[in-house]
Amino acid sequence: MSGSTLGNWLQSRWQSIVAGIPFIWLLVFFLVPFFIVLKISLAESLIASPPFSKLLDWGDGGLPSLNISIDNYAYLWEDSLYVRTYLNSIKIALICTVLCLLIGYPMAYAIVRAQGTTRYILLLLIILPFWTSFLLRVYAWMGLLADQGTLNSFLMWLGVIEKPIRLLYSQFAVYVGIVYSYLPFMILPLYANMEKLDTSLQEAAADLGAKPMAGFFTVTLPLTAPGILAGSLLVFIPATGEFVIPDLLGGGNVLMIGRILFNEFNSNHDWPVASAVAIALLIVLVVPMMLYHKVQAAEARRGT
Amino acid sequence: MKAKRSRFLLGMLCFGFAFLYVPIILMMIYSFNYSKLVPVWGGFSTRWYTTLFQSEDVWAATALSLKIALLNATFATMLGTLAGIALSRLHSFRGRTLFTGMISAPLVMPEVITGLSLLLLFITLNQLIGWPAERGITTITVAHITFSMAFVAIIIQSRLAGTGRDLEEAALDLGAKPFRVLWDITLPQLAPGMVAGWLLAFTLSLDDLVIASFVSGPGATTLPMLIYSRIRLGLRPDINALATIIILTVTIGVLIAGWIMIRQQRASAQDAEHT
Repeated sequence: MSGSTLGNWLQSRWQSIVAGIPFIWLLVFFLVPFFIVLKISLAESLIASPPFSKLLDWGDGGLPSLNISIDNYAYLWEDSLYVRTYLNSIKIALICTVLCLLIGYPMAYAIVRAQGTTRYILLLLIILPFWTSFLLRVYAWMGLLADQGTLNSFLMWLGVIEKPIRLLYSQFAVYVGIVYSYLPFMILPLYANMEKLDTSLQEAAADLGAKPMAGFFTVTLPLTAPGILAGSLLVFIPATGEFVIPDLLGGGNVLMIGRILFNEFNSNHDWPVASAVAIALLIVLVVPMMLYHKVQAAEARRGT
Repeated sequence: MKAKRSRFLLGMLCFGFAFLYVPIILMMIYSFNYSKLVPVWGGFSTRWYTTLFQSEDVWAATALSLKIALLNATFATMLGTLAGIALSRLHSFRGRTLFTGMISAPLVMPEVITGLSLLLLFITLNQLIGWPAERGITTITVAHITFSMAFVAIIIQSRLAGTGRDLEEAALDLGAKPFRVLWDITLPQLAPGMVAGWLLAFTLSLDDLVIASFVSGPGATTLPMLIYSRIRLGLRPDINALATIIILTVTIGVLIAGWIMIRQQRASAQDAEHT
């Protein structure tokens, strides 16, 4: 009977199917594309369709010749604009990560200490912005920071300033936007970590006479280190490559690499350079990404 | 000392929530502003909502975004559930390290890189095998499935880590075949996780601007792409109205889901007390 044959086949093969289907999908649509980017980053820019040279050229005699050019990378390295932009992106992402931690840590701590329904409501209020549109939340800050915006009007009404100060289209606006958008990404892993925390250790420290501050720095902080690490990486990595926030809030003044990549591709149509920018960004982020992968794997193991 | 600390925590909580919510609330208030200049109050009005409902490109973009989000959520949930089961129930198979890497990378990968690499893939595939013939709804959906299935997989994995394997092992001991166990025991236990994953995938898709901008072709404009092209040059009162509608819809959805969750939590807590 064909039905039972199929059944048997499924029975013996189910493990391959369960792992195989998503595996192949990710291989084709996630891993292979990176090799294509790598390939194009090593090609030369041409005015043609597609606008880059072939990596493998089949000459007249049928002998393949390999055209690998590292010109694009040399160009990135020599043009101080790119180097400055990479450094600036990392600096902005780092400062925003620290700010998110400073705001998010006490918030997560306060939520964990809340009881019953209050705790769920507070948690829901953290998750809610995560579900609402990222783009619209950035847009909300445009209204707040504009020259005639709410913040300027408020400060003028208070008499702190006499005429509007430039808030929108500045580095400051980019910091605010990133901290605002990524704060939930910091709080949620911190909360998940603190929720599982064994409070008896903190109590023991207090019973043994540790001052609250000392107890915090020697007991609570080290215990929440995995949460801090996970949250920081979840903020730092995407913030480094952020495009929307510097583009909408930063104006022309703020250099961030995600924006350069987007423009290089969409306005200049220089695919090889855009690909090289992407590969260079990946190289910058590969260590934090592997670290995140390790944290994630450790977290999954702890759950089982 | 303790009171001082509590006051500090309460203060931080208030500051944090004000920081998160004041901009959104202000944006909603200004959607009812008569004035064309967004931040200058010109009296209460719903004229921007009327403008919005009459604008055909907004409707078209919304329809396209919803279509992509539905397709994406459904496929991403199927693929992500399989991936989540593989991650937490199959401990040794060839390529497991690569597999876990490919699941956790999309969670943090900068969108510009994902977008660029998928576009270059689609162009290469088009030259090699003629698919995809044109870029639009298909390419955006495929791109969205690729990153949202990773989120679904993580949800499923953590849910499976939380539920014990007792039932599965009991069924196996009683002679059930592995595939039956998967179908009759593991999957039903996963149902709430799959619902959560579906909803997350749906929202991630509705929300995405960068990846869609890369992989879309002429003629396919999603709602975020439309919003972005309008706000690039400054504030737009009709976008305030659109934002208010979107945010209110999402908020009501999340509140209902949260209310159901809290009720379930209470019910299970009561069950635990009775037994």
